[in-house]
Amino acid sequence: MKHSFKSQLPFFLMLLPGVFVLAVNNYIPMFGVIMAFQKYRFNENFFKSLFTSEFVGLTNFGFFFKSPNAYIVTRNTILYNLVFIALDIIIPVMLAIGLNELRGKVMKKFYQSTLFLPYFLSWIVVSYLAYSFFSFESGFINRGLLRPLGLESINWYFEPKYWPAILIFFHLWKYVGYNIVVYLAAIVGIDPEYYEAATLDGATKWQGIRHITIPLLKPLMVILGLLAVGRIFNADFGLFYNVPKNMGTLYSVTDVIDTYVFRALRNLNNVGMSSAAGLYQAVLGCITVFTANLIVRRIDSDKALF
Amino acid sequence: MYKKSMINQISVTSDIFLNLLYVILSAICIVPILLVLVISFTDEHEIIMNGYSFLPERFSTEAYKFVLSAGEGILNAYGVSIFTAVVGTVLSVSVITLYAYPLSRSNFKYKKLFSFLAFFTMIFGGGLVPWYMVYSQLFRIRNTIWILIFPYLMNAWFVMIMRTFIKTSVPESLIESAKIDGASEFRTFFSIVLPLLKPGIATIGLLSCLGYWNDWYLPLVFLTERKLYNIQYLMYQTLSNIQFLTSGSANFSELGMVLADLPGESARMAVAVVSIGPIIFAYGFFQKYFIKGLTIGAIKG
Repeated sequence: MKHSFKSQLPFFLMLLPGVFVLAVNNYIPMFGVIMAFQKYRFNENFFKSLFTSEFVGLTNFGFFFKSPNAYIVTRNTILYNLVFIALDIIIPVMLAIGLNELRGKVMKKFYQSTLFLPYFLSWIVVSYLAYSFFSFESGFINRGLLRPLGLESINWYFEPKYWPAILIFFHLWKYVGYNIVVYLAAIVGIDPEYYEAATLDGATKWQGIRHITIPLLKPLMVILGLLAVGRIFNADFGLFYNVPKNMGTLYSVTDVIDTYVFRALRNLNNVGMSSAAGLYQAVLGCITVFTANLIVRRIDSDKALF
Repeated sequence: MYKKSMINQISVTSDIFLNLLYVILSAICIVPILLVLVISFTDEHEIIMNGYSFLPERFSTEAYKFVLSAGEGILNAYGVSIFTAVVGTVLSVSVITLYAYPLSRSNFKYKKLFSFLAFFTMIFGGGLVPWYMVYSQLFRIRNTIWILIFPYLMNAWFVMIMRTFIKTSVPESLIESAKIDGASEFRTFFSIVLPLLKPGIATIGLLSCLGYWNDWYLPLVFLTERKLYNIQYLMYQTLSNIQFLTSGSANFSELGMVLADLPGESARMAVAVVSIGPIIFAYGFFQKYFIKGLTIGAIKG
């Protein structure tokens, strides 16, 4: 009788606003997954439409998978994410270790602040920065570099071959500083006695990094990596939609599941195919998150998401 | 002690090389922002003649005059951004703190259930289409200011940070003694717990404020009403209009129409600068509390 309803009531009242937002924003839309199996027709309101729309089985999925887009967007999503997962571990770990070794404390702080800055800018601003370099008529690369060198201007927004590199660059540009901060916090937390003991035994700086720092960072690297693997079917919509300015000429290398779902709804107004593609992504994503979490829990149950 | 720290330092040569590396990397982070800043101060004719440059021959503050005077849409969008950032932050911090508090209390019987309710949203979602339909065909707040605020009020990750923060900074014994003194749960929360949560609230508040300020996704999905555009979405619109014009797909009558209300190139960059302004201004705060949030978020309570 320790938990009488009356003693729990204040807690329920406190939870109420949050529960309302979650219901509207997250849980009611979950009923909408049946739209993927329907020919959705609007009828008074969302719920009534769900009840009155005609079921069409897997037709919507058929449309999606028969088009070459299903393969292209899935491939792009996975490949970019694989590159991001690898680079988001390797580069920030190296840079965090280097930063930690610097002699000057003030400079260390300065570099950290500068590298962290891009994280605070929106993808729209980033797309402006990219445009100021890559614009055909006025862009700095064409007008400031290629032309003075006597080289032909490049029509960047019409040439898919450059975009994998450009997108990877801007992903790193925005997130490296953030990840450095994460790893730096872990490095600072390492007990200095380890290094002191190693130095007394005649270990060099390199040996200290290789045999103390990196092994101690490994659990964090593995866990952050696995959590990212769990989200491998979710692309960074802001990056892939805004930085290439949603240019049709670049879709072969810039289109990912998220941008495809958005365009299918917005531009093609194809509600059925868009929700089918969305459900395909959500189910694959759910499976990978659960698998990744299972592995994380095996390694370090404290770091598991659930 | 002195000697030990000497041993632990890298050699002067390596230090110089490392510094060089970080100077280059810092430059890569700053230079693109600098280019946009310089363009915003460049004379419009100069841009047409020579393109974007780091060292233009003629400077001009025309772009900023344009933003302040002719750009009525710009000021309005700036106002929308400020309103959503302020109101959104206040509301989301309230909702999140109120949600996180019971989850941190050992005598709340259903904490597992409600934790799960929040965290499950990180794992599975209905997807874009049903989400869009719920707001446009069920609650019908599309093209209202609330669509720019409501969807971001809850955030499972912030709840987790807040819950951990409460657990580590408010001793359970303090709450117990308040209750023994006869204070109700609400009174305990508002007069005992809340004052202790200031750093946690500041953290969540800044995270949430940045999210609202930088948001362009909600306007992209839900808005057609021009007067509700926020600053980010206005920037998105102007850049995609330029692209529309230069891609050659526009016919001449459309071209004239769009060109009329299109700011010059330097003015567009000035809007970008103005949109980054507040972030740079409060950057010290942002950085401090973000790092705090990151480190709290890393420890799971």
